[in-house]
Amino acid sequence: MYQFSGKLKTFSVALIIIGLVGTIFSFYNGSQKTIEDAKHVITASHATGHGAGHEDAMLHSEEKSKIEHSNNTNEHGDETAHAEEIISDSHAPKVAEEGAVDAHSATDVQEHEAHVLHQLQNRPWSAFYVALFFSLGITLLVLAFYAIQRVAQVGWSIVILRVMEAITANLLPVSIIMIVVLVASVLHMNHLFPWMAEGTVDPTSDNYDAIVDGKSWWMNSTGFILRSVFYLIAWNAYRFFIRKGSIKEDTADDGNKTYKKNFNGSVIFLFIFMITESMMSWDWIMGLDPHWFSTLFGWYVLATLLVSALTVIAFFTIYLRSQGAIPGINDSHIHDLAKFMFGFSVFWTYLWFSQFMLIWYADIPEETTYFVARFTEYKLPFLGMVVMNFVFPILLLLNSDYKSKPWFVVIGGVVILAGHYIDVFIMVMPSTVGAQWFFGIPEISALCFFIGLLIYTTLNAFSKANAIPKGNPFLEESEHFHYYNIEHTGEGSANH
Amino acid sequence: METSKVIHAFYTDDEVLLDAVKAVKAEHHHIEEVFCPFPVHGLDKAMGLAPTRIAITAFFYGVTGLAFAIWMTNYIMIEDWPMDIGGKPSFSWIENMPAFVPIMFELTVFFAAHLMVITFYMRSRIWPFKDAENPDPRTTDDHFLMEIPVHNNEEALTSLLAKTGAVEINIVDKH
Repeated sequence: MYQFSGKLKTFSVALIIIGLVGTIFSFYNGSQKTIEDAKHVITASHATGHGAGHEDAMLHSEEKSKIEHSNNTNEHGDETAHAEEIISDSHAPKVAEEGAVDAHSATDVQEHEAHVLHQLQNRPWSAFYVALFFSLGITLLVLAFYAIQRVAQVGWSIVILRVMEAITANLLPVSIIMIVVLVASVLHMNHLFPWMAEGTVDPTSDNYDAIVDGKSWWMNSTGFILRSVFYLIAWNAYRFFIRKGSIKEDTADDGNKTYKKNFNGSVIFLFIFMITESMMSWDWIMGLDPHWFSTLFGWYVLATLLVSALTVIAFFTIYLRSQGAIPGINDSHIHDLAKFMFGFSVFWTYLWFSQFMLIWYADIPEETTYFVARFTEYKLPFLGMVVMNFVFPILLLLNSDYKSKPWFVVIGGVVILAGHYIDVFIMVMPSTVGAQWFFGIPEISALCFFIGLLIYTTLNAFSKANAIPKGNPFLEESEHFHYYNIEHTGEGSANH
Repeated sequence: METSKVIHAFYTDDEVLLDAVKAVKAEHHHIEEVFCPFPVHGLDKAMGLAPTRIAITAFFYGVTGLAFAIWMTNYIMIEDWPMDIGGKPSFSWIENMPAFVPIMFELTVFFAAHLMVITFYMRSRIWPFKDAENPDPRTTDDHFLMEIPVHNNEEALTSLLAKTGAVEINIVDKH
C-alpha cells in the first residue's frame, strides 16, 4: 500500500496555508475598496484615454504598480498607480465608452462608479470562484469518467481506477466551500450574480430588468440554492456509495454481486450527472451573464472540465507510478490517458468554435456581447488559450510514440491545465470584474489553496485503500493491456 | 537464374500461426509473407516488419487539404466572386475566416482519409483489375499461409514447420 510521504504532505498543507493567507488578505483588501477607489479607476481611465502622448507615463506607472503589487502594499498613495495598471488592460472601446459616460447625467456617473466599485469588490470573490469552480469541476469530471469506466465495463483502466477514486475524495471539501460561496452570493455578500441584485424583478424599481424578470422562474435565489444543494448532494452521495462499494469489491468474493451493484449505481449517477452538469453550468457560470445564453454551454463547460480531469488523472498516475505505487501499470495506460487528453482537447476546440461561429455568423447584439467583452478586454488570454488548448496539444500529442512518454504527457498536461484555467477565468471574470482584472495575489492564492487541497485529499485517500482493485473481474485484462504500436519500457519483443 | 523455391506452410489458428512465426524467426529464417483471412494482432512485430509510415503521410495529406481549402475559399469567395458573408462585407479572407473553418476542417479530413486509402492500396499493390496475389484461395477463408524462401534447406525447414503445428507443408516454385 502507498505511503503518503511526509514531504509531500507538508508541501500540500503549506500550499493550503499560503493560499488561505493570500485569500484572506485579498478579501480584506477587497472589502477596503471604497467609492473613492472606483472614482480613481474612472479618472485614471480618462487620463490615459487621451492620445498616445501619455503612453510613456502610463507604461512607467504600470511597471511601478506591478512592483508595488508584488510587495503587497496598499497604501493610499499607490492607489492611483494601482488603478492605472488595471485600466491599462482595457482597450480603446472601453475607454471611449467611459468617456461617453462622462457626458451623461450625474445619476449615470454615480451608477457607473457603483458598478466599478462592485467590480473591484468582486475581484477576490471571482478569483476564488474561478479556482473553486475549476477544482470542483475537475473532481466532478474525474468522478464521471470513473463512472463511465464502470458502466462501459472498461478493461484497460482497472489498474488506475483507484487513482481516479482517490482524486474524487476532493469532491466533499470543495462542495462544502461551493455551498458557502453560493450562500454568500445569495446573501448579497458579493456581486457575482447580477440577477441577484435588489429590484431586478420589481417593475417599480430603478433596477428593474425585464430580461431577468422573464427568466425569474429559473433565476431566483430559492431555486438557485435548492438546485445547487441538490447537485452537490447527488454527486457526493454517489461518491460515498461507490467508494464504499469499490473497497467492498476487494474482499467481497460474492460472484460479482457487489460489482453489479456498483455498475447499477454508476448508471443512475451518469444519468443524473448528464442533466445536473448542464444545469450546474447554467446556474453557476451562465448566471454570471444573465442576459446572455448559449444552447451548447453545458457541453462546452463539460469539455473544458473533462479534458482537465483527464490531465489530472494522468498527472497523479504518472507520479504514483514513478513512486512504484501502482502494480501492473505499463506505458500503454499512460498512452491511453494521453489519447483521451488529445481527443478531448480537439473536442473542446470543436465546441468552443461552434459556440463562437454561430454567434459570429448571426451577429445578434444580445449574443455577441459575450464575445465583445472577451475580445476587447481579454484579448490576449482569450486567444492565447486557444493556442494552449488546441494548437499546442495537437502538435505535441499527435505522434503516437510521444503519448507514452511521461515527460511529454506532463509538458502537454501543464499547458492544457493552464489553458483551461484561463478558459474558466474567461468564463467568469468578464462578467464579474470586467476591465478590473489582473492575475495577481487573489488568483494565485486561490489556485495554491485548491491545488494543495487536491494533492492532500487525493494522496491521503490513495494511501487508505489497495492501490489496485483486487476484486475487479477485469483486473487481469488491464494488467495485460497493450497498445500494439508501442514498446513498453523494460520489455523486449518477446513480450508481445 | 535459379528458380526461387518457397515453402508454403498452412495453419488453421492465428495463435498457432503467431507461435510458428516466432519459432521460425528464432531460427533466423526469413519469412517472405504471411497470408491471413483477417488481421492478426502482433503479427507484424513477430515477423519483424518495419513500423508503418502511413501516419506521416496522413499528416502531410492533411496539411495539403488544409492548404487547398484555404486557397479554394479565398479564390471562390473572395477573389473570383467577392461575397458578402453574414452581412459583413469586408471582402477579406482573414476577417471571414470563421465561416471557412468548417470547409478547412472537412477538406483536411477528406484529403487525409482518401489519399491515405489510395496510398495504402498502392503500397499493398492493389489496384483495379489486379489479379489476386495470394497463392491459395483457402487463405481467404479459414487458413493461414506462411511463405518461406528455400535455400537448399528444405528438410530443416520442413521439420521445423511440422513441429510448429502446420497442417500442410508444400514446396512450390515461385515464378
